[in-house]
Order: sequence, then C-alpha cells, then structure tokens
Amino acid sequence: MKKLSFVRLSGLAAICAIGLMAPAHANEGGPALDRAPIEKATDIQALQRGAKLFVNYCLSCHGAQSMRYNRLKDIGLTDEQIKGNLLFTAEKVGELMTVSMPRKDAKEWFGAAPPDLSVIARSRGSEAGSGADWLYTYLRTFYRDSSRPTGWNNMIFPNVGMPHVLWDLQGEQRAKFAKVPDAHDKTKMVEVFEGFEVAKPGKLNKLDYDRTVGDLVGFLVWMGEPDAAYRKQLGVLVMIFLGLFLLPCAWWLNRSYWKDLH
Amino acid sequence: MASKKEPVVVTGLGALDKPAGDLITWVDQRFPLMENWKAHLSEYYAPKNFNFWYIFGSLAMLVLVIQIVTGIFLVMHYKPDAAKAFESVEYIMREVPWGWLVRYMHSTGASMFFVVIYLHMFRGLLYGSYRKPRELIWIFGVLIFLTLMGEAFFGYLLPWGQMSYWGAQVIVNLFAAIPIIGPDLSVWIRGDYVVSDATLNRFFSFHVIALPLVILGLVSAHILALHEVGSNNPDGIEIKENKDEKGIPRDGIPFHPFYTVHDIFVVVIFLMVFSLIVFFAPEMGGYFLEYNNFIPADPLKTPLHIAPVWYFTPYYSILRAMVWPFFWIDAKVWGVAAMGASTLIFFFLPWLDRSPVKSIRYRPALHKYIYALFVVCFLILGYLGTLPPTDGRTLVSQICTLLYFAFFLGMPWWSRMGQFKPVPARVTM
Repeated sequence: MKKLSFVRLSGLAAICAIGLMAPAHANEGGPALDRAPIEKATDIQALQRGAKLFVNYCLSCHGAQSMRYNRLKDIGLTDEQIKGNLLFTAEKVGELMTVSMPRKDAKEWFGAAPPDLSVIARSRGSEAGSGADWLYTYLRTFYRDSSRPTGWNNMIFPNVGMPHVLWDLQGEQRAKFAKVPDAHDKTKMVEVFEGFEVAKPGKLNKLDYDRTVGDLVGFLVWMGEPDAAYRKQLGVLVMIFLGLFLLPCAWWLNRSYWKDLH
Repeated sequence: MASKKEPVVVTGLGALDKPAGDLITWVDQRFPLMENWKAHLSEYYAPKNFNFWYIFGSLAMLVLVIQIVTGIFLVMHYKPDAAKAFESVEYIMREVPWGWLVRYMHSTGASMFFVVIYLHMFRGLLYGSYRKPRELIWIFGVLIFLTLMGEAFFGYLLPWGQMSYWGAQVIVNLFAAIPIIGPDLSVWIRGDYVVSDATLNRFFSFHVIALPLVILGLVSAHILALHEVGSNNPDGIEIKENKDEKGIPRDGIPFHPFYTVHDIFVVVIFLMVFSLIVFFAPEMGGYFLEYNNFIPADPLKTPLHIAPVWYFTPYYSILRAMVWPFFWIDAKVWGVAAMGASTLIFFFLPWLDRSPVKSIRYRPALHKYIYALFVVCFLILGYLGTLPPTDGRTLVSQICTLLYFAFFLGMPWWSRMGQFKPVPARVTM
C-alpha cells in the first residue's frame, strides 16, 4: 500500500514537472516548416538540376568555399560538363566555389555579407525541422514588402537582407494578414498571417516551382556533406562485419572460456 | 619445405611460451615484464560475479584510445587559427582521405566518453565502490572526470563554430563572476578581452597536450589504486577475505583470460552502437554536433540561445537555477558556486555514505527510490539545460537542484535509514 502511494506520488510529480517544462509559447520555434523532399539529396538527376540552379542563382553572391567544382563529378557530371556549363566564378575545375563579389560591397548592399553555403543545410536544423525543411520553406515564402530596401521580405526569416532571387521562376506573391485581438491583451490587435496571394505569376506554376526548390535544397543538402551517402553505405558493411562476423566470434570466445566456470 | 619440419603441436596457451621464452627471459632480467603482466592481468584476481555494470571501465579505456588515435590524425590537418579553423574542419570532412570518418569518430567519441563515464560512476554509486578501502580510486576517478570536462570544453572551441565560440565565451565569463580576482582571471584564461585567436591557440594546446597528459597520469593512478586493493563487485563483498590455501581469493578469477574475453565481446557490442552513430546519425539530432556549430564563429552576432553540449547541461541547469542575490551577492556568483559544488561534491561521496552495506542489493527499498529520484533529477536537469529558460523550467530546475544537493548532503542520514538485508559471505552469480 505504501509502495503504491509512492509510485502514484512520483507519477503525479512527473506530470506536474512535464507541464512546467512545456514551452512558454506554442510557436516557440517560429512558424511551422514545410517538409522538404529529402530523397532528392540522393537522386542524381535532381542533384544535377540542383547544381545548375545553385551555380546560376546562388553562386554570384554566396560562396561555397569548402566545395571544389570537380566534386560535382560525384553527382555524375564530367570535367567537360562542369567546365562548359557550371564554371562561372573560377578558371579550373579543381578550384573552390569562391564568391567573386567583395565582402565589403556585399555588406554595403545587403546589410550583411551573404553567408557561405557549404554547410548551410547542416546549420539550419532546429527542433522545428531539419535544415532542409528550413531552406525549402525559406525559398518558397518570399513576399513583396515595399517597406524593405530590397522590396522583399520572408515569412520565416523576417527582414532578411536577401532579395528573392528566384522571383522570375516563382513570380511575386503578397502576404495576407488579418488583424485579430491579442490572446493576452484583448485591447490590442495583432497581425496574423493568413496566406499568400499571387501578385504576378512567374515562369513556373506552383507545383513546378516547389519541385525546382526541392532540387536546389537537395543539392544544398548533398553539398553539406558530399560523403554522406557513402558513409551510410559503408556503415551497412561495417554493421554486417561487426554483427554477423565479429559478434559471434567474440561471443563464442567468451563462452568457451566461461562455460566451465561456476 | 614445410613437410620436412617437425609438426608443431599446440597444446594450449602454454605452448606459445616456448619459442618466445628466451626473449621474455632476456627482457625479464632487465624489465619487470612478466611480473606486471601477472600483477595486472593474468594473476589479477577479479570477483567472478561482475555484471553488465562492470564493463564501463574497460569501455572508457577504449574510448580514450579512440580519442587519442583519431585526435593525432585530426591535428595533422586542423589549423588552430581563427581565420582558418572552421574551414580546416570542413577540409578534413571533404578532402582528407577518410577525414570524415576520423572526425566523426572523434566527435562521437567525445559524447560516448561521457555516456560511458556517467554509467561507470553510477556503477560506483550502485555498489558502493567508493567505500573503504577504495576512496582513493574514487578520488582519482573524480579527478579524471573533472579533467575530462576540461578536455571536452577546450576541444569544443576548436571547430570555431558559433556554439564553440559563444559557449566558450559564456563559460569563461563565469570566472569573471568570482569576487575580486574574477575579471582579471577571465582575461588571463582567454589571453584577450574576448574569445579570440589567442584563446583558440591556448585551448588547442590544452586540448592536445596538457590535459591528455594529465588524464593518462590519472588513469594510471586510478588503475594502480584499483589493483592494489582489488575490485569491488555487485554484492559489495571483499573477496580477499576468503582465500584458498594458495592465497587466491575463492571468488576470484584471473582477469586474463576471463575478463579480457568478456570485454572483447562487450567491446564488439559497444562498437556496433558507436558505428550506428558514426555512420548513420553523427549529429545525433543536434545533441552530439549542434546545428549552430555549422555556422562559423561570429564575435559580433550572439546566438539567441546558447546551450552547452548535453554532457554539461545538468550543471548548466544548476548554474541557471540560482536566480536570487543572497546576502546581496550577485546571483551569478551563487550560480557559479552551485555549479562548482555540484561537480566537486562527488569527491566527498566515500565519507557521505554511511550505509552499513555497500551494495544496493542489500539496501532497503527506500534507498532505491532515493537513487531513482536522483537519476530522474539529473536527467531533468540535463534536459532543461539544453532548452532556453522559462519561468516553469527554472522552477523545475530549482526543485531538481535542491534534490540533487539533498541527495548528497542528506546521505549521512538517509543512508543509515531502513531495514538492511543480510550480506552473504560469498558472492552470488
């Protein structure tokens, strides 16, 4: 009986503790992130399309200083293809993906130097979702905002310095906000995001644009760790070796010494 | 050719001694090789009833070796320079052959070191392994633990990411809270007014040479002290009190080969867990490699939320739990004092524990509940330390901090309470 009450008491305490530990605000991690099509990070076709988008749209302002152009051979491209189609900021395929825009100018134009993108997909993870989810949402939620110097704002990166570079593909969208009374202070009104409306259509429809961004995000994920796929393949072999060979050997060795011990 | 030779008859391990025998004799006349082999392995008698909890010492040695070997290779390619450090890590990850594997082994090894050490320490708690005559083993162990925390802290700055930078900034600033000498002390530690290239270079030096030397020395002392008095066991019985006519403990078995084969088996299982992390989840959901640390250190941009790596978070929670300026002394000073006390208090465990029996097996149920409560508090503190504080979380961490200290400071009383079970004369398997 005494034992039972102890168990009950500790259960009750645990429930209280969990309640107290809950986040202060339900939306602590920011707006919900859309799930990125992460399978594209291992899809050669998608990666090649992503590489092309990356070089065309990102690399003029951002660098990827840890990446060499010829690492793109890992996603099925040849030196000639890289040289002919993707080599804009360098002369040789063995060079790093540096940025040609001087950092000082960049800071002046955008307020902050655009970050290096080598490991951007790995840096953007949070409790809300993976780095890929963040990028996938980020690149799809730019909207027109005349109060910003670039004319653009972003839903998950408010007041971002970067303009919407993919605007010719997505077109222009406006964010609709509704005024609702504040949950804590009824006298105040707060703006709540209701959705986007298309202001000017782009070259792609919504579905194709999402696919395109998916390709780009897949490439950014791949670039964050080009060895990731090989790592997992090797991991399977290592696990097979350890589990199916070394483990039985070690178990047998141990048993043969211990079986006569009492 | 081979058929002309006498057929080699192997009749057991003794047969292997024959060809090497002369060489061993030669060495033995000049160096106590066999003497040490016997004293520490083949004739070191360990209790035969070791259970699951007794593997973590060996595993800690294994992880130490992994860290040293992978560390040697990382130092070959890493640049301890604020302008190059971050990129040199990515260089290791992408361009150094097998660099990614070595780096992930090192980063996973750091976390696994603490997993293994925490379980090893908890084993000591469960079976009273720190009780007389093993107080010095425990003290050496706590010193290893504290040095390891320093080692991990210094090493964490080296990738020069945002968390590296701001984590170091926060921890070094804690020293500034110490009255009178604090501000000068923190500058002396950093070698600068902020964490900078100077800090990176000295932390590199501490991480790759100073503290590893200390750890190796302490580990030797830890093992020498253990082999002097002999191992404890899950029953908490002294096996040396019951020896046969040859002077060998009746409940003892030679460490080699019995526990070496045991450990080999467990090492394989451990390597499987280790490999699962290294190959399939090296970031461990942001706990082993924090997301923010993939952003290069930026002294001008403070992250919204700075959290240490998981193995420091229980003490970090205790630090943050102190929010009152008692006696008009800054709350931060109390936080630092409480955090320091929460790690140093381990030293006193051998004298705080007054239980008439060592092992949890023969202690009253009350003690098991208290242990469970302590573990739960420790885990909650660890979890809360990874999150930004809220009023509710601070309250929970204050309660857990109170219980954490009550566990230790109340031990002289509660460890004598309750109905103890009789301890058997011989170990139970």
